[in-house]
Amino acid sequence: MKVFIRSAGNISPQHSLDKNAFFQQRAVTSLDYFNCIEPAYEEFIDSKMIRRMSRIVKMGVSAAITCLQNGGVENPGAILTATAYGCLEDSSAFLRRMIEFEEKMLSPTAFIQSTHNTVGAQIALLLRCHNYNNTIVHRSYSFENALIESILLISEGMSPVLVGAIDELTSDRHAILRRFGLYKQTNESLKKESVFFQGRKAGEGAAFFLLDKEPGKNPLAILTALQTFYHPESPKAVEQSIQQFIQGIGLTMDQIDLVLSAQTGNIHEDMQEEQLLKTIFRGKSFFPFKSICGDYPTATGFALWLAALLIHEQLAPPWFPTLTYPVKNVLIHNHTANTHHSLFLISAC
Amino acid sequence: MNSPVFIAGMGIITSIGKGLHENLLSLEAEKSGIGEMEWLQSQHQPELPVGEVKFSNQSLAAFSGLSVRLPRTALLSAVAAREAMQDAGWKKNISLRSGFISANTVGGMDLTENFFKVFSKEPSAGRLRDVINHECGAVTELVAKYVDIEHFVSTVSTACSSSANSIFTGARMIRAGLLDFALVGGADALTRFTLNGFNTLMILDKELCRPFDENRHGLNLGEGAAYLLLASEKGLAQLNREPYARISGYANANDAFHQTASSPEGTGSYLAMKGALDSAGLQPSDIDYINLHGTGTQNNDIAEGTAIHLLFDPAYPNMSSTKAFTGHTLGASGAVEAVFSVLSIQQGIIYPNLRLQTPMKEFPFQPLKISLKNQRIRNVLSNSFGFGGNCSSLIFSAT
Repeated sequence: MKVFIRSAGNISPQHSLDKNAFFQQRAVTSLDYFNCIEPAYEEFIDSKMIRRMSRIVKMGVSAAITCLQNGGVENPGAILTATAYGCLEDSSAFLRRMIEFEEKMLSPTAFIQSTHNTVGAQIALLLRCHNYNNTIVHRSYSFENALIESILLISEGMSPVLVGAIDELTSDRHAILRRFGLYKQTNESLKKESVFFQGRKAGEGAAFFLLDKEPGKNPLAILTALQTFYHPESPKAVEQSIQQFIQGIGLTMDQIDLVLSAQTGNIHEDMQEEQLLKTIFRGKSFFPFKSICGDYPTATGFALWLAALLIHEQLAPPWFPTLTYPVKNVLIHNHTANTHHSLFLISAC
Repeated sequence: MNSPVFIAGMGIITSIGKGLHENLLSLEAEKSGIGEMEWLQSQHQPELPVGEVKFSNQSLAAFSGLSVRLPRTALLSAVAAREAMQDAGWKKNISLRSGFISANTVGGMDLTENFFKVFSKEPSAGRLRDVINHECGAVTELVAKYVDIEHFVSTVSTACSSSANSIFTGARMIRAGLLDFALVGGADALTRFTLNGFNTLMILDKELCRPFDENRHGLNLGEGAAYLLLASEKGLAQLNREPYARISGYANANDAFHQTASSPEGTGSYLAMKGALDSAGLQPSDIDYINLHGTGTQNNDIAEGTAIHLLFDPAYPNMSSTKAFTGHTLGASGAVEAVFSVLSIQQGIIYPNLRLQTPMKEFPFQPLKISLKNQRIRNVLSNSFGFGGNCSSLIFSAT
């Protein structure tokens, strides 16, 4: 079922809350991670509430409010949040204090806010929204599965659905993932010339969307199709899955105007995606979206925002690869560690 | 859209037993599983009773054939998930679309606690294998591989309502024709993180909990796992077995009152129960038994009771909280109580609300003090309410 993306609200490592700023300036980092460019939260949330909120909650709630305002909706029919890691800052804080003080004299605040549904709950609380509220926490499929559920809820008449992808980068997450060698720069990777990357960088973001079967006023784009495929057996199987996805929609690869591709900046892991660019994506405009938001499990939230924006504006930033207009169909291909693959087709209204 | 959703198999492990049979025996014998902490290592061991599964990680690993180095939640989950598949008579050659939708609240936190003990002092220390399964979704993936369902896999986490939500997520996908089988439920092991978290909220009873009692002092935490294999009509035909029951209704609503406390009016609870009845096309008078969320905290029981008063007055069905048996198993509780609800229909038994002495003075109704047997039970309503105002109700009906 096709659904309209009526509006979006995105807090990311780019200037994504303000499209003019996004088009003008590309935010870069020389470190091995991206942090979100955070707004003045007082514009979105009561200052008394802000003090009690952790960073992921502030980012999530502000992105959700922006999305609702952009869509002209006060109370959505359902609220769905997707997060792989949940509220890491509060989890770490409670865990560290529990260990340090040997399970004594602990305050409940961090624990209360550590549950994975905190962002969805705080949005409901702020809106006094009693409607359906669910949180999906399934690694790199968190956002994809939340979208699949959103589409079902819409077909049952619960629209518009507010759905968001949220994950935060914390010093503990980064220190631990760094020890797994995720962001290691090898000589080989440094030697490789890339216009997009200087190695893999960690990322974070909070991207919300208002989905509906009705377009509303001035919708951004249409989410035409979405599919996940887990653990493909071979590079050939990846190609086949992508081709079947496009055919299943009734399109040909020629009709895809842009591919938002899955590279992370890790030369070894990116080999397969680079190969796709030489085969089934040959000659296509492409852009590896993680080069500007960093690598994190719900990064397809950022990609969906980017696709919808480019389609709606029919304009790309000056630093973006050349596009042929009109941009009607954007394909997002994502994967994490070559296990969790997902495909999105975003179309012009 | 409204194709029926059947329950073809079930599996469970809790403090009152491993497997359906042992759990049913304990329920019938009115035997609680809450007591002194044996396996969880905590400073609170002497003062806080818990509903612990009576097996070490070594035993759970041996039952499942999985590595003892995995999170305890994954081991519990695997044991119950496999039982549900076997109970349904699952065959390897079934080629219909199958999904595994699980729930938990803290993933591999038990091992992360060990990691942080050294990592918090020295960032280069700590075994990395203790954090690779930290994410809730990682625990689900371990078990998805174990039961060999990888077509659609997902994890839900909404605190204490988590596995009620995974159950209706699977039911919704079957109704929509996206799946023919959905193994749904949840698991949570006791961890120091959750024990201390609930302890800071001052809602843990130092004695055995007394849900819906005037003199209740809080909840006891428990642990466990439970799964139901849901099947479409087409799926059921492949299994060649009679279903236990069907899922006839479900709803989720948000209390939108406070991050951890329920509204005194029980707004979210009321909307969830009412929504479930509406989706099942049933009237309050059609409900034969309510399996209460009934944690034993001041706040939950007054909110839930107020909502029941509003929805069911003046004709109240039998009701009880089985958390007095198992403790509050958090991310597993919705599924544990779903299994109990389905067994209630199948066995014609309504469980007692253990240790109820003085019913709450606010209400004209009270939960059952003794069990009822040989009942004709058509529809059971099961409540699960969580932090963040997340309120879910499920209705199970005789086929």
